[in-house]
Amino acid sequence: MNPIMKFIHLMGSPPWFYQFSGRLIPWLWGLFVVLAACGLYLGLVKAPPDYLQGESARIMYIHVPSAWMSMMIYALMAVMGFVGLVWHVRIAEILAISSAPIGALFTAVALASGSLWGRPTWGTYWVWDARLTSELVLLFLYLGVIGLYSAFDEPRKAARAASLLALVGLVNLPIIHYSVTWWNTLHQGSSIGASGSSIHPSMLWPLLIMALATKFYYAANLLSRARIRLIEQDQRKNWVRELLQEGTA
Amino acid sequence: MSHTPFILAAYGVATLLLLWGALAPVLRARKLKSEIRARLERTGD
Repeated sequence: MNPIMKFIHLMGSPPWFYQFSGRLIPWLWGLFVVLAACGLYLGLVKAPPDYLQGESARIMYIHVPSAWMSMMIYALMAVMGFVGLVWHVRIAEILAISSAPIGALFTAVALASGSLWGRPTWGTYWVWDARLTSELVLLFLYLGVIGLYSAFDEPRKAARAASLLALVGLVNLPIIHYSVTWWNTLHQGSSIGASGSSIHPSMLWPLLIMALATKFYYAANLLSRARIRLIEQDQRKNWVRELLQEGTA
Repeated sequence: MSHTPFILAAYGVATLLLLWGALAPVLRARKLKSEIRARLERTGD
């Protein structure tokens, strides 16, 4: 068996996943803290103000990575939900449902920081613009997935229902992404795309570092939440009993 | 218009939300483990 397949098989074992993720989490948090500190220092102290928007453009270093994460997490949640639905992989179901609160948090941060950026830039905290509205719909989708999962007593049935909703909600992602192209929005168009970036490197680097930092936040938080769900579901199984009695959990 | 209050508010909200998101699973794990340990002691499993 090749090493990747072996790793995937090992991930399917709850005790192995629990121990492996437990060793990984401190490193992921450490990388997040170091990268976030670098990104914030470069963005808030070293980067120049924007020539048009002035100092308020510094909100970009938290707003843009959060908005990217809100969409990336949703896509990953749907993919993991699909794997859980089709192949009945319990870890995939757990990872999918554990992603929802983190995605909702990033969506809330993107909406709140965007609103606070909008006031000095557009003169208003909120407009029913296509980008803002579709991002708000994304927050409702996350809340719907969390609510639907909580409505069931049996976790596997709950995960299947929540995964289905996550898959249906996927249609919102291209709407968010292309909203600034398809409609005449107040929200500015993308400054970073496949053809390159129109942002000066002094502002681009802190943005990219913050984007990387948020990936580590997601990974660390996801594994922490998945470990709890695993213990919760397996609390009557031997491996959890042994783990807690040994005091290594 | 000074932009500083908006920048501080944006980073403040983000810090609070992300900190809460990071701490919530830690607190939940502690509570859950103590509940399971208590049940194990009670039932003598």
